[in-house]
Amino acid sequence: MFENLQEKLQRAFKTLRGQAVLNEENIGEALREIRLALLEADVNFKVVKQIIDHIQEKAIGQQVMTALSPGEQVIKILRDELVETLGKDTAKLKFASQPPTVVLMAGLQGSGKTTTSGKLANWLKNGGHRPLLVSVDVYRPAAREQLKVVAQAIKAHIYEGEVGEANTATVERLAKEARKEAIISGCDVLIVDTAGRLHIDDQLMEEMQSLKRLMNPSEILFVADAMTGQDAVRSADEFHKKLSLTGVVLTKMDGDARGGAALSIRQVTGQPIKFIGVGEKYDALEPFHPDRIVSRILGMGDILSLIERAESQIDKKKADEMASKMLSGDGFSLEDFRDQLRQVKKMGSIQSLMGMLPSIGPFAGLQKHADKVDEGQLNRVEAIINSMTQHERLHHEVINGSRRKRIARGSGTNVQEVNNLLRQYAQMRKMFKQMGKPSFARRLAGMKMPGM
Amino acid sequence: MIQTLFGSLDEQQKPSFLERMKEAVTRTRENLSERIEEVVSFGKEIDRSTLDDLEATLIAADLGNATTREVLGKLREKADRKQIKDVSELKRLLKEELLAILVASNTQPVKAVDGTPEVILVVGVNGTGKTTTIGKLSQVFRSSGKTVLLCAADTFRAAAIEQLEIWGQRTGTEVIRTKPGGDPSAVLFDALQAASARKTDYVIVDTAGRLHTKTNLMLELEKMRRTAQRIIPGAPHETLLVMDATTGQNGLQQARLFTEAAGVTGIVLTKLDGTAKGGVVVAISRELGVPVRYVGVGEKAGDLLPFDPREFVESLFA
Repeated sequence: MFENLQEKLQRAFKTLRGQAVLNEENIGEALREIRLALLEADVNFKVVKQIIDHIQEKAIGQQVMTALSPGEQVIKILRDELVETLGKDTAKLKFASQPPTVVLMAGLQGSGKTTTSGKLANWLKNGGHRPLLVSVDVYRPAAREQLKVVAQAIKAHIYEGEVGEANTATVERLAKEARKEAIISGCDVLIVDTAGRLHIDDQLMEEMQSLKRLMNPSEILFVADAMTGQDAVRSADEFHKKLSLTGVVLTKMDGDARGGAALSIRQVTGQPIKFIGVGEKYDALEPFHPDRIVSRILGMGDILSLIERAESQIDKKKADEMASKMLSGDGFSLEDFRDQLRQVKKMGSIQSLMGMLPSIGPFAGLQKHADKVDEGQLNRVEAIINSMTQHERLHHEVINGSRRKRIARGSGTNVQEVNNLLRQYAQMRKMFKQMGKPSFARRLAGMKMPGM
Repeated sequence: MIQTLFGSLDEQQKPSFLERMKEAVTRTRENLSERIEEVVSFGKEIDRSTLDDLEATLIAADLGNATTREVLGKLREKADRKQIKDVSELKRLLKEELLAILVASNTQPVKAVDGTPEVILVVGVNGTGKTTTIGKLSQVFRSSGKTVLLCAADTFRAAAIEQLEIWGQRTGTEVIRTKPGGDPSAVLFDALQAASARKTDYVIVDTAGRLHTKTNLMLELEKMRRTAQRIIPGAPHETLLVMDATTGQNGLQQARLFTEAAGVTGIVLTKLDGTAKGGVVVAISRELGVPVRYVGVGEKAGDLLPFDPREFVESLFA
């Protein structure tokens, strides 16, 4: 559905090779692509404009680096800008000097406040705290019942109290009673789950303000749906103006929304995104990593850090040589294969490399299998190639049955593994021949992982 | 049929209906038209930057890149050929383009119901307002003298069954339920059998919120559809996707995948009483042809209105 921004930029910059400096003219198309990508990811259009202006400012006049293509260079500037915008504070809650610390959960209807309250209580429990939950949502049918079920599921304390009439007085009474209960029962954190409300509902926003005055919370967390569109700035802004939020929790991040709302909300509130919700289970709450969500918003996983890593480890000239060799057809020998293998090994473990791939799109679910990767495989493959003669490495077709046996013995493997390697090698040659795009091949030259 | 039902509902509640619809769209309208005025106050002549700013306006309403580009592309062509002379004409044409998209999908007929009961399956991602919408829907049917049975097939989320039961009490509707964690298809089976035996007019089925990317949960919806068909041929007659008006471009993907798995026949656009515009439904109409059936404009039982594409577009620009 989404074409990779990187590919688009690559195309936009095709004509730019050989130019020395980035200027307004030659990055214009790239900036348009970036703008569209950000809008498609639901970043608010005003925020997009600010970002584009910044990037333009930073990019213009920069020398075109030799190590990165101009497209990659602009993405790098963009990425740094976005990561900077999102900030680094994650998953740290402020605690009151005098317990109980009060955490107020705020947000629109259906953003996931109750589920997040439960997850947060669970997270605090695991961190050695004693949280107490209370729901002051006296309006939505069965809202308080819902928190009760959640509390039971995670074995957290909950203050239930009696509702009586559904009004602000009841809300305040319940909150006060819960704080007393927290003190009596020795709970050090009180999580107050509130009713979902529209930022333009004056009456309910006032209730929230009086709740804030009453409870003096250390944290007021704005719970927002990752799927939110352009309106995210408006709701976040209103909530922040009226309540002075201290942080944001971005929920439903386990879907395929690009999560541009994160940027919008951060930009208008200036408050850090502290957690993300990544599932319906109560442990599915994760600290927020700006770089990961930036990659996701741009639709390219952590491929950028992969590029950076490859860039620093791989001899660019050698990679280019190899790329042209591969694409010329039969030039890619087992010797080249081994070279490549060594380059990959230099970059670090395969687990960590796989962890950098996007968690959505074609790579979805790959990370889960990262720990199943047999790192020893790389060493065995290298050993097999080492056990070949120079002639065999350059002319793989001469490797017959008896040579295979010898190679297997020499490398401490078996014939089957030698066969596997040769088959993979043949497939790679075939694949390279089919691929015309030099940029693609060059990247692969640095990254193709054998044995997978 | 739902349409005729709404006809009568309109008459019953005419003043408040108009009032609420107006109220619901005023905020949207104020903002959008304010900005369009701003855009067009540059002068009588329409230049490129006018259209560029208009683009931002449509983007801000969550219409998305593709739809905005298409709609504006058509306007641009006309402007280039000097066919649009002034701003009011530009507005009128823009409205027409948007309306054409919405109307095209809205002509899709609702499946004819062969005898009773009519089964309405309500699906959507988490937190869009499925249960609340069901409460409102049953109010609509009940107030027109129809019999309704609610089926609590969200057995997953904490207290979802209790929430539906409260709506049942409010609207005087019986709820068929099972224990939390039970098989949604099993409770659906029970509900449809009960409804068939009693010749209930409507069965509204609440399902657990699920992200459209969770394949196994989407398969569960397919299974529920098969179960429904086994008991009442042709069921579910309507599958409503409940979508939050604050949803951005991901709404398109939601609609696409829910339509694939659950055969969505219509959308309920909820929380339109906020400042969000819900413009993604235009994109959905354009790309998938799924019509919007109702809009949700509040938390009370009466806060569900039939969707009128003309009024929707008109009110944005009024």
